Amino acid sequence: MSNSRGRFGVHGGQYIPETLMNAVIELEEAYNHYKDDPEFNRELTELLNEYAGRPSRLYYAEKMTKDLGGAKIYLKREDLNHTGAHKINNVLGQALLAKKMGKTRLIAETGAGQHGVATATAAALMGMECVVFMGEEDTKRQALNVYKMRLLGAEVIPVTTGTATLKDAVSEAMREWTSRIDDTHYCLGSVMGPHPFPTIVRDFQAVISKEIKEQMLEKEGRLPDTVIACVGGGSNAIGTFYNFIEDESVQLIGCEAAGRGIDTFETAATINTGRLGIFHGMKSYFCQDKYGQIAPVYSISAGLDYPGIGPEHAYLHDIHRAEYVAITDDEAVNAFEYLSRTEGIIPAIESSHALAHAMKIAPTMDKDKIIVVTISGRGDKDCAAIARYRGEIIEE
Amino acid sequence: MSKIKNAFTNGKAFIAFITCGDPDLETTKEAVIAAVNGGADLIELGIPFSDPTAEGPVIQGANLRALSGGVTTDKIFDFVVDLRKSVSVPMVFMTYANVVFSYGSEEFIKRCNEIGMDGLILPDLPFEEKEEFEEVCNKYDVDLVSLIAPTSEKRISMIAKEAKGFIYVVSSLGVTGTRSSITTDLDSIVKLIRESSDVPCAIGFGISTPEQASKYSKIADGVIVGSAIIKLLEKHGKDAPKYVEEYVHSMKAAM
Repeated sequence: MSNSRGRFGVHGGQYIPETLMNAVIELEEAYNHYKDDPEFNRELTELLNEYAGRPSRLYYAEKMTKDLGGAKIYLKREDLNHTGAHKINNVLGQALLAKKMGKTRLIAETGAGQHGVATATAAALMGMECVVFMGEEDTKRQALNVYKMRLLGAEVIPVTTGTATLKDAVSEAMREWTSRIDDTHYCLGSVMGPHPFPTIVRDFQAVISKEIKEQMLEKEGRLPDTVIACVGGGSNAIGTFYNFIEDESVQLIGCEAAGRGIDTFETAATINTGRLGIFHGMKSYFCQDKYGQIAPVYSISAGLDYPGIGPEHAYLHDIHRAEYVAITDDEAVNAFEYLSRTEGIIPAIESSHALAHAMKIAPTMDKDKIIVVTISGRGDKDCAAIARYRGEIIEE
Repeated sequence: MSKIKNAFTNGKAFIAFITCGDPDLETTKEAVIAAVNGGADLIELGIPFSDPTAEGPVIQGANLRALSGGVTTDKIFDFVVDLRKSVSVPMVFMTYANVVFSYGSEEFIKRCNEIGMDGLILPDLPFEEKEEFEEVCNKYDVDLVSLIAPTSEKRISMIAKEAKGFIYVVSSLGVTGTRSSITTDLDSIVKLIRESSDVPCAIGFGISTPEQASKYSKIADGVIVGSAIIKLLEKHGKDAPKYVEEYVHSMKAAM
């Protein structure tokens, strides 16, 4: 693989049509130019702080800690960011980069709608055109976010192909990019796709672990023992892990969506049920059948309902640096309700997968241990779906 | 020297794309034979993939119909063994990298050689990633076909220099599908290719009418037609082969 770029072990690469090759090469060159440019970084920091509200809080969840009776639990509050999720960190970075590259139009895929809302927001702020591809199934599950994107001036295109969820939205956004490259930047929302996206998105999300480290040293004078985040493509998880990868004492745990269970076909747990493959521009682990047909995955969470995982996570799994566990719909919904009642914080159903695992392991750990759980987004968008899960229909 | 060269010895080459198993393998067999009878010089057999990111709606539909009909890579290999009894023109597979990788690249490509497939087209495998597949293709004498796009620019000579079989010149931005007009300066692209390679060039994406076949076969060594043929299969199902023969004949006659 002598010519291949952007590898994490065997994973990563650039498995895309020739039509897009110069676009990703141009993006890589621009990124390499701007990532160390003081003016670019000043502008980005100002946007993150003044517009998105960073740094996000590292909150000691005292009631939850006492209730579970084990390790001390901190919550990294990405839900408090403008637009309500970690997605804005990456989007502001990419939109600023796209603008510097002379692009006037952003396209994006979205699952739960958080990345779509963040992209529509950045486009509104920077005066760019915006088109968001969203699986038709997800437009139903997340109708409020569809309205928000349109309110922000974006065009939302429901995708009806395949399973009409996140993977199909990614495919459709890629198809759109091959047909219009000159003025358009594909603002990919996770640490996936062809190089350089997994690296760019990781770098823009790494602010999460940079802040956790600083805040933890300030509050506790030491590093946490365990950091936990949910994983679909894996952007909030890589952001949560990245600055701890070299700190071997820190245990890194990613929580995948098991859906109705990893022993069923209704699951989206890629590391736990998938195998090595090539899809959406990257080599990584994918849920697929024996002939390499991508599996129609399922999770209650539209944001984790994806049959693959970012290549750097696949690598962290291979080298046993991070552990990936599967959390069922039921466990996530319980955690969603638990945090709401216990701490008065309504977490996104995605983030609830990470919380559910913390609830499992905290009681087994000593009281002097510290867990950080990243609350990747807020749960307002999920209330109607969770009510439905519990058999209650609410009219908005 | 692979057999693909033979496809370009009968005037300009007409290359027909047909998705295996759309709507079933019996119809695919009849459609391939009909295309050859109509004058097709090379057949591209599509192995369906669940998420064909380089295809427009027409070929996406063919992929879905074929997969829901239960076709698999192994069934297609057996089908080609049978098809080769009636068809002698060069044939290549067109599918996605994961279909080959997941089968086991070595096993897949070795099997291609055994059953008489002459080449392989993987639209999601650019120059930078081809090595791991190309080494195996070379070992089993299967040509890994290179694609050149309207955006390739400075990459053209690098790709052309290492091209084998034929060069697939993508006529337009975007995905597969018929187009009323093609605005790319294909003349210049083919001229640049010629500076680095004498491998035949065939133009594909968006070609459906005899007028287009006539125009683009003057620029290159052949044309590739997929969506227009798939539309006939979509419309006529099991009755499609006779329409395919008629259509291919009208295209080849215009070239």
